[in-house]
Amino acid sequence: MAYALQQLINGLTLGMIYGLIAIGYTMVYGIIGMINFAHGDVFMIGAFVGIIVLTALTGLTSVPLGLLVAFIASAIICGVYGFSIERVAYRPLRGSFRLAPLISAIGMSIVLENYVQVSQGALERAIPSLIPGGVTLMNQGGFVVQLSWMQLAIVIVTIAVLAGFTYLVTKTPLGRAMRAVEQDAKMAALLGIDTDRTISLTFIIGSALAAFAGVMFLLYYGVIDFYIGFNAGIKAFTAAVLGGIGSLPGAVLGGLLIGLIEAFWSGYATVAYKDAAVYSILAIVLMFMPSGLLGRHEVEKV
Amino acid sequence: MRPLARDLKDAAAVAFFAFLIFGPFIGLPLSNNQAGNLTLGTRPQALALAVGAVFLARLGLLAWARWHPAPLAPRFTIKLQGAGRFIAPVLLVFAVLMPLLPGLPNAYIDLGVLIMTYVMLGWGLNIVVGLAGLLDLGYVAFYAVGAYSFALISLNFGLGFWECLPIAGILAAFWGVCLGFPVLRLRGDYLAIVTLAFGEIIRLVITNWVSLTGGPNGLLGMPQPSLFGLRFSMAGGPGTFAGFFHITPAPWQRTAYLYYIILALALLTNWVTLRLRKQPLGRAWEALREDEIACRSLGINVRNTKLTAFAIGAFFGGFAGCFFAARQSFISPDSFTFMESATVLAIVVLGGAGSQLGVVLAACVMIGVPQMLQSLQIYRMLIFGLALVIIMIVRPRGFISTRRPTVTLGKRGGVIGADLVSQGRG
Amino acid sequence: MNVLTVTNLTMRFGGLTAVNNVSFTAARGHITAIIGPNGAGKTTLFNCITGFYKPSAGSIAVSPEPGKAVQLEKLPGHAIARKGRVARTFQNIRLFGGMTALENLMVAQHNRLQAATGFGVLGVLGIGGYRAAERRGIELARHWLEQTGLVERADDPAGALPYGAQRRLEIARAMCTEPALLCLDEPAAGLNPRESAGLNALLRKIREGGCSLLLIEHDMGVVMNLSDHIIVLDHGKKIADGTPAEIRADPVVIGAYLGEGEEDDPDAPVAEHAA
Repeated sequence: MAYALQQLINGLTLGMIYGLIAIGYTMVYGIIGMINFAHGDVFMIGAFVGIIVLTALTGLTSVPLGLLVAFIASAIICGVYGFSIERVAYRPLRGSFRLAPLISAIGMSIVLENYVQVSQGALERAIPSLIPGGVTLMNQGGFVVQLSWMQLAIVIVTIAVLAGFTYLVTKTPLGRAMRAVEQDAKMAALLGIDTDRTISLTFIIGSALAAFAGVMFLLYYGVIDFYIGFNAGIKAFTAAVLGGIGSLPGAVLGGLLIGLIEAFWSGYATVAYKDAAVYSILAIVLMFMPSGLLGRHEVEKV
Repeated sequence: MRPLARDLKDAAAVAFFAFLIFGPFIGLPLSNNQAGNLTLGTRPQALALAVGAVFLARLGLLAWARWHPAPLAPRFTIKLQGAGRFIAPVLLVFAVLMPLLPGLPNAYIDLGVLIMTYVMLGWGLNIVVGLAGLLDLGYVAFYAVGAYSFALISLNFGLGFWECLPIAGILAAFWGVCLGFPVLRLRGDYLAIVTLAFGEIIRLVITNWVSLTGGPNGLLGMPQPSLFGLRFSMAGGPGTFAGFFHITPAPWQRTAYLYYIILALALLTNWVTLRLRKQPLGRAWEALREDEIACRSLGINVRNTKLTAFAIGAFFGGFAGCFFAARQSFISPDSFTFMESATVLAIVVLGGAGSQLGVVLAACVMIGVPQMLQSLQIYRMLIFGLALVIIMIVRPRGFISTRRPTVTLGKRGGVIGADLVSQGRG
Repeated sequence: MNVLTVTNLTMRFGGLTAVNNVSFTAARGHITAIIGPNGAGKTTLFNCITGFYKPSAGSIAVSPEPGKAVQLEKLPGHAIARKGRVARTFQNIRLFGGMTALENLMVAQHNRLQAATGFGVLGVLGIGGYRAAERRGIELARHWLEQTGLVERADDPAGALPYGAQRRLEIARAMCTEPALLCLDEPAAGLNPRESAGLNALLRKIREGGCSLLLIEHDMGVVMNLSDHIIVLDHGKKIADGTPAEIRADPVVIGAYLGEGEEDDPDAPVAEHAA
């Protein structure tokens, strides 16, 4: 029981991070129907900007201020990355054949990974824990269930970011424009919505969310390298598909589920096969629910 | 001078973005000091160089666009179409004679083996992606199944390469069907992620099932392919190729033999594909890529047709894997990462999905050029990625994007333009 | 015996009943038309018959040849063309755009040709009777290309043909499956009067060839002129069933569908009047 609770906490924390990245995948998929393979690497860029900013601020005594600066700087830089990637690698291919943007995205992903490797080195970079300690929730026969402050902070930040994001998508003109372009880009353009601008903003927002996830990943694990984007990206993409690609709540749900599957599989079965478990469950879910958990069921128009 | 001012302003804006992008990475390098703590350095010159290069490149691009408003691509396409008919035979003759060229260093024949392996993989995947229009992001799984089938069977049961080859192909095809059966009703990107997941599952299993596969350390010591029982050995003597023909043993003999094996396997793949394309099964694949619903209304069993595409593609992937394991005498999970799947897929798309000749050209570019860039070391993959993006932007439909009809009523067999041919949704 | 017998067919989507307890028959060798205002459930009914939807209730029996009956609602989608010998066209033309007209017609003969290749194996090796089968296939294709006036365009990609030619090619493709019942979803939509007249002649020729036809059509000129039998749907229910003359005189149909004062103007495009 206590052990299960601990895995639940760990799984939810990890799942929040996956969920944040998954939103970027699902937004881009929803609006231009492509798998943005480079998104996981934008997450990695976010983590790196975080570590660079935090290193630059060594000596600053106020941890919250340092974190705030790291989050904001990372979100801005990643927003620029997302914007530029779309402009350079995807926009020229919009409306083209569907495999071309996919390959372009894979190319972009290779570029980003190797660019960081070349410019910042292939070594793992580590930072000390900035928010140490935690609260003991339960002590059952010597097994201590810990909720670290870091985990609590991740959950709170994620919920705050998601709340702001939900408000943005559901209540603002920008959100309306995004949903309109997603439904029918041509019609939206005819009605005077600047689709180029809307798509750019989608990339910027998705990348900023990935930046948040990246900085939180850095804080949670304390170690990053240029390759973290691949694994996290594939997991988050899996989360987006599991939840039903195109569905924003689905992305978060899928992320949480994948975090939980990983945590529980590691806790009760073998750590080695946790990723295999995630992928197998994805395949099984899709067999029975071909559009994911919350995806719109595609009606065959004849 | 107005346009110049506008261009300058535009380039300056782009340079500002470049500054934000490169700033933290090129300008502020991380390093670990003596005590092991992270410190931040600065590289202002490198940053200025990068930003300046972007500024000039943008300016150049704008100037280019002003002078050449029309894209160059269409002219290039037409030229390539006309040349297509004789490029293929010329390439074939060259491929056959290449290892026999006098004075050719062994390394080049070895590069030929590598390129030919990817040509074969590309042709195998072309059946799935190019003809049937099914997006498979986990093709490497079948490559791995073929390689490990050969390694395990030869190490445990003492069978040679030629006995294992068909077994490896059949096992890979079997896995193709096992994967395909439950997931082929998925559409588009759902299929893509499941195939990707399947590739990862296979890799994770061979990494972690240490007692069977040796785990990350891999498997070692598979037998080399022999020529009618003749081994290729540097020692010479009876029972070896050199000994039998009374010639001096040399490394190129073995490499050339491997080269001819993979060439034959690749040509077999190509021959089967070209034959099938002109037959009901191949036509059904292409029809499936064009419109699945119409296929169903014509009584085509959509799932079985997709399964055959998967199985045949996997079969040749298994062949290639078996060859790979025999050539290396060593395999480990590192050879079967997603990067491999992505590379083969890129070869197919870059070649112009569906075109057999395109795959050859793309494999030469994608595998040959990075090998020549070995001296650039860590910049190699960076250039590779950039090249992928740039080629896709310049030629979104790949090198050869036209389609040739499989049957004609009249004498003239025209080509079908890329804009009419679908790339499938599955 | 009837080629098609639909009994108490109902199709629900969630809470919406698109087809409500409809029964009708189509006689062998006849052209049967289904008409009705937009949203009457014609296309849904059609999709049930051609196997794209599984009906919620009721049965659909087709008789590919006299004395034989096949229950369509029990067959998987792809078996309907083969076992039930039902072929169809689509309201939004669904040709294989990147393949030539001839290739489209060859794909339609897939099952027969595939069997002749020994399921691929013999065909690849070049043995067995595939060559002869393919020649016969090309001859059948040529026959329908001639019937539809498309021989000249045989080697052109289907996607590059003009609209009217695409419509005819789709019919030719359906006929290459050698159906007993050909279902046409608005075959005259978007055709000019000359093309429309050509279509009438083509459909009559198909009927004379022994194939029964079932069509949905908005163009009253085509329907009244061509059909042997008309079924009228409204709000998912059958409201009338009879010969063109009977339908024209039926007050229920006039009230529900044709609108006042239109009964002596059969050429009026109905879409404008259907609310």
